[in-house]
Amino acid sequence: MDKTLDLKYTYTEKKDTRSGFGDGLLEAGRKNPNVVGLCADLIGSLKMGAFQKEFPERFFQVGIAEANMIGLAAGMTINGKIPFTGTFANFSTGRVYDQIRQSVAYSDKNVKICASHAGLTLGEDGATHQILEDVGMMKMLPHMTVINPCDYNQTKAATMAIADFEGPVYLRFGRPSWPIFTPADQKFEIGKAWHMIEGTDVTIFATGHLVWEAVVAEAMLREEGISAEVINIHTIKPLDEAAIIASVKKTGCAVSAEEHQLNGGLGDSIAQTLIRNNPAPLEYVGVNDSFGESGTPTELLEKYGLNAENIVKAAKKAIARK
Amino acid sequence: MDKQPLAQLTKISSQVRRDILRMVHAVQSGHPGASLGCTEFFVALYFNQMKHDSNFNMNGAGEDLFFLSNGHISPVWYSVLARSGYFPAEELKTFRKLNSRLQGHPATEENLPGIRIASGSLGQGLSAAIGAAQAKKIDKDDSTVYVLMGDGEQQEGQVWEACMYAAHHKVDNLIATIDFNRQQIDGPTKDVMDLKDLKAKWEAFGWEVIETFKGNDMEAVLEGLEKAKSLTGKGKPVLNLLHTEMGYGVDFMVGTHKWHGIAPSDEQLENALGQLEETLGDY
Ligand SMILES: Cc1ncc(C[n+]2csc(CCOP(=O)(O)OP(=O)(O)O)c2C)c(N)n1
Ligand SMILES: [Mg+2]
Repeated sequence: MDKTLDLKYTYTEKKDTRSGFGDGLLEAGRKNPNVVGLCADLIGSLKMGAFQKEFPERFFQVGIAEANMIGLAAGMTINGKIPFTGTFANFSTGRVYDQIRQSVAYSDKNVKICASHAGLTLGEDGATHQILEDVGMMKMLPHMTVINPCDYNQTKAATMAIADFEGPVYLRFGRPSWPIFTPADQKFEIGKAWHMIEGTDVTIFATGHLVWEAVVAEAMLREEGISAEVINIHTIKPLDEAAIIASVKKTGCAVSAEEHQLNGGLGDSIAQTLIRNNPAPLEYVGVNDSFGESGTPTELLEKYGLNAENIVKAAKKAIARK
Repeated sequence: MDKQPLAQLTKISSQVRRDILRMVHAVQSGHPGASLGCTEFFVALYFNQMKHDSNFNMNGAGEDLFFLSNGHISPVWYSVLARSGYFPAEELKTFRKLNSRLQGHPATEENLPGIRIASGSLGQGLSAAIGAAQAKKIDKDDSTVYVLMGDGEQQEGQVWEACMYAAHHKVDNLIATIDFNRQQIDGPTKDVMDLKDLKAKWEAFGWEVIETFKGNDMEAVLEGLEKAKSLTGKGKPVLNLLHTEMGYGVDFMVGTHKWHGIAPSDEQLENALGQLEETLGDY
């Protein structure tokens, strides 16, 4: 990244978003005795160890048995308990789709499905683990809330917020160490988009790790005299349609950016909103109908067209289509 | 490939262990623990037991087939495939790196010779192996299908769906092996989710079960595989409960889940390589 960029948000520290989940879960557990944790042989990877240590009677090691874990969690909700399940995003969704569909979503159980190692940035483990379809699967389920926070602080805040929220939630986060650029004391409002940067020429709607890439892209565009608005869509469902429509009414075009397939992701949700309410050019930044592969997070974001440079290109294309 | 004699198999095993360690070290990720623990098994299969052609053909008609269900131990498989001629050993250098055919977990997407189905998400390999074994029966192809699973992997429900199916359908051209190292990611299997009496469970499901108690002793591994082979074709699928040690061959890695999925440092690599003779030449 160009050091001379004048970024609207900066960072002094990097940390993985899964640690934000682990720390948020511990705090939620301290605040609310109804919070219980379940994990399928990935306690270290999900950063659930501190919760397990402090609340051993409220923590359940399930073994490598994700389908069973989802069913257990659904049953455990009786009398107000709030189960948080933890495994990799692939095994949190595709592996257990019908269990979630019937026992959690359709039955409207207050289960929090917490999914780490989502997207390409898990890196070297490769495509078997790099799920890029999870947001699509989860957002299609009635009753399900879908959240993909952008950094450690936002993931921690989101984890605590979903403990106070009634209803099934899919919380998606990741493996790599990532800039911490949002405040530690933020209030996380489920379903409320966050206007991070005001602009007039194009709106960049980003989610998860790509919010940081959007912040970098905004500075790059500004250097070229283009004013971009950056909106952090941490909640993909329910989508803050009012914020999307208002912003695009002002800027006249948009870019969506996500670490996910183009089919079924955030971009598709935004496209639906715009088509119904305020048709405008929209460019997508995401994975274009392919699986991932082994590599470092940075290499993969570059190869699959998901970094700040790609957001800049997409923004120019959207503007040209106005 | 001709059947290699015991002494040669032991030599190959030492080189395979060096390959595993150097691959995982070079990219600072991957799974050395059970790769080292299953080295004798893989070497015995590919250099002695299986009838197979390193000029890879996806259909493998007339060949014995191998499926790896616990795909995370790809390093040992890649090394053995390379050393038995499926692709140049040089390519082991690219393990887990961008644009490599040697993905973190085995995949068909990049057309790496030797791989017939992707694995990495646990619990799925036995089903695929049973399907392949039944396809062979349809084709009147009397070769054998092999599959390896982890012991922690036995916690997945699909394993038991497949287990019940194979016995019911008398899939007796199948030899499944469990890497019984008693370790998984979060700790010893007995602490994470106790497997209890695996042998009794598989027998109760209708399988013929043999135990190989010394899974890191080449002679014992060969004997176990011969015995398993002799039990095929008798109306029951065969399970080989292979007792191994995670991290076998490197003194500071042996017997603990801690080396399930981490890479050695520079010094640790040097120390480890000092314990393993370079027998076929490092790649
Ligand atoms: C469906 C699924 N759940 C979880 C994982 C993550 N994972 C990879 S290896 C592993 C432990 C496997 O234990 P075992 O089969 O005993 O293999 P070993 O640790 O002995 O190599 C887990 C939980 C996975 N790959 N697939
Ligand atoms: Mg094991």
